[in-house]
Amino acid sequence: MMPSAGHSTSPAPALASPPLPSTSRHTSPPITGRERPFQGAILTPGRWCLIVGSLSVLALILAGVCLQLGTEYIGPGKLVGVFSSALFGQPTDNDALKTTGVILLQVRLPRVFLGFLVGVCLASVGVALQALLRNPLADPYVLGVSSGAALGVAVAVLFGIGTTVLAFSLLPVCGFLGGLVALLVVYRMAATYDRLPIHSVLLAGVILNAIFSALIMFITSIMEPNRSFGMMAWLMGSLTAPAYPALAALSVYLLAGLFLLFKQVRVLNILALGEEPARSLGIDTERAKRVIFLVSALLTGAVVSFSGMIGFIGMIIPHAVRLVIGADHRVLLPASALVGGIFLMVADTMARTFFVPSEVPVGIITALAGGPFFVYLLVWRKDRLA
Amino acid sequence: MRFPVDRMPVADAAACAYPDGCHAYDVQGASFCYGKSPVRESRWVLGDVSLHVESGEILGIVGPNGSGKTSLLKLLAKLAVPQRGTLSLFGRNLVDLSREEMARTVAFVPQESAPAFSFTVAETVLMGRYPHRRQSRWSLGFGWEDPEDCAAAAQAMATMDISHLASRAVTDLSGGERQRAMIARALAQTPRVLLLDEPTAFLDLQHQLEICSVLRRLSDEQGLTVVIVSHDLNLASQYCDRIVMLKEGSVYSMGTPSEVLSVEALRAVYGCEVLIDPHPESGLPRVTLPRQAVPFRS
Repeated sequence: MMPSAGHSTSPAPALASPPLPSTSRHTSPPITGRERPFQGAILTPGRWCLIVGSLSVLALILAGVCLQLGTEYIGPGKLVGVFSSALFGQPTDNDALKTTGVILLQVRLPRVFLGFLVGVCLASVGVALQALLRNPLADPYVLGVSSGAALGVAVAVLFGIGTTVLAFSLLPVCGFLGGLVALLVVYRMAATYDRLPIHSVLLAGVILNAIFSALIMFITSIMEPNRSFGMMAWLMGSLTAPAYPALAALSVYLLAGLFLLFKQVRVLNILALGEEPARSLGIDTERAKRVIFLVSALLTGAVVSFSGMIGFIGMIIPHAVRLVIGADHRVLLPASALVGGIFLMVADTMARTFFVPSEVPVGIITALAGGPFFVYLLVWRKDRLA
Repeated sequence: MRFPVDRMPVADAAACAYPDGCHAYDVQGASFCYGKSPVRESRWVLGDVSLHVESGEILGIVGPNGSGKTSLLKLLAKLAVPQRGTLSLFGRNLVDLSREEMARTVAFVPQESAPAFSFTVAETVLMGRYPHRRQSRWSLGFGWEDPEDCAAAAQAMATMDISHLASRAVTDLSGGERQRAMIARALAQTPRVLLLDEPTAFLDLQHQLEICSVLRRLSDEQGLTVVIVSHDLNLASQYCDRIVMLKEGSVYSMGTPSEVLSVEALRAVYGCEVLIDPHPESGLPRVTLPRQAVPFRS
């Protein structure tokens, strides 16, 4: 048996009761749990509020900064002026303020909001897929879900069903179907005897991406040149601000998906143990998988139909957030969502301000940030992936 | 005595609703194969297995590779459903038990099951409380730990001697520490039955011995029923009350270690000549490999 000295050298236990020599451990009072036995080792509601609250405040502040930047700089004073006149309905005679108001409210605000929303969704889908596939490299872009959705949208555009039906765009639905097909194919290809080896998931994604890209290229090449140019710009990932009604419809759609995902946070935690342990803990894994697949395809499809293929957010953000705040999905999901929103909002501001007057597709910026990070994970953090 | 097992919480009230005096498990004529029914009779992974597990005993399942040990354990855990035959848990048919009821009564530790992400040890062990936690419609899936959950988890961690690792990431642990964390996770479920697949496979000698002694003590003092799948015939012999030996998916023999572990039985099941002598301390059979393998007789 291990001598008691072995215990005194071990790091201080996180239990509230002091370390006792092994001979007297039986006489220690029963652990009741009221002494907060896992101080610092588990998530508490207080810590949750602190993390989510501070990230929300940060998001608001950065949104204010992003609204100021653009082709024309709008100072904080003007910003407040425009918003207060818009909110409280004070008419202004100032023509300059009117122009600024149009720029802010009709161009920048919807765009910044769309960027935030898309980032939130991509990061949340990334969190869910990583937990479900037990794979820290999973991401809707890497797994081919985005290109599946893009293919769905491209086919819809080609056959002209991209127009609205009863004022409701069918493009997100086509994107959803494409994304769902992609997810199911990747899952079927990679699953071997109840297990999902990390590398076969990635390989399946690579193959699917190649096939879908070829099909998208084909569709683009047989289109009329002026339409195919718009298609290319959309594919590279750009946040062109839609009108407010469309933006509102998208927000409702995305918030519903996020709500369903948030209901699964504890299940996501346990799914990370593996499917069989999760089932032995009383979780209906098949149902959980269905919900997560459907919601992921739903969110990705909607996002892709609006903003094209913006890659790697779903992979970088959850990974980075997990490194800082830990793996518990109860806080990882909301925190990643907020950080993802902030990241895309800022990246898009960079995309539209760095090369004024022209604009870079934001997908290029996220890919340039995400690609090297992916390589870093694959090469230097192999031990974490095994 | 190294582990304070006397304070280990036992099954909750819901689990105690089972009638007394029943076998923990009764397996009758269970046949199982992966996928749908097999084309030929020889494709069964398990064929017509009948056995029982007494309440509060430690049962060892041994047998060569591919003899269906793990599949049998999965049937007991209701992770797989047999195509033929019935299983009952404390007198109730396994098919009738809900997921949650099952999870509150039976804990299952698979061969390797580390979380994919850097959860802390405390978080991992607390996952075992999932079947016990109430979840209201409005909690949005959060469900915070209450003192009872923390107490059960702390107790389980003390039992497995990993209290000092509470805030370490599971991914940073050694194989043995991780295995103990996974067993603690199962104990935090406060089960009446513990199913373990090769629990000592990655452990060094000291921790093999300690885990086996803890299981023995939990079984003796708390009436915990334990079913262990093991390759290690000597550990099975020393710590199990009874042993089931499987050969090609059916029960070859079943009984106390002295009854099951004989030179003839091991020759018939493993196709290998071994030496068996009494253990110097316990007098139970001890299996030793010979220096030179006797060639297989076909």
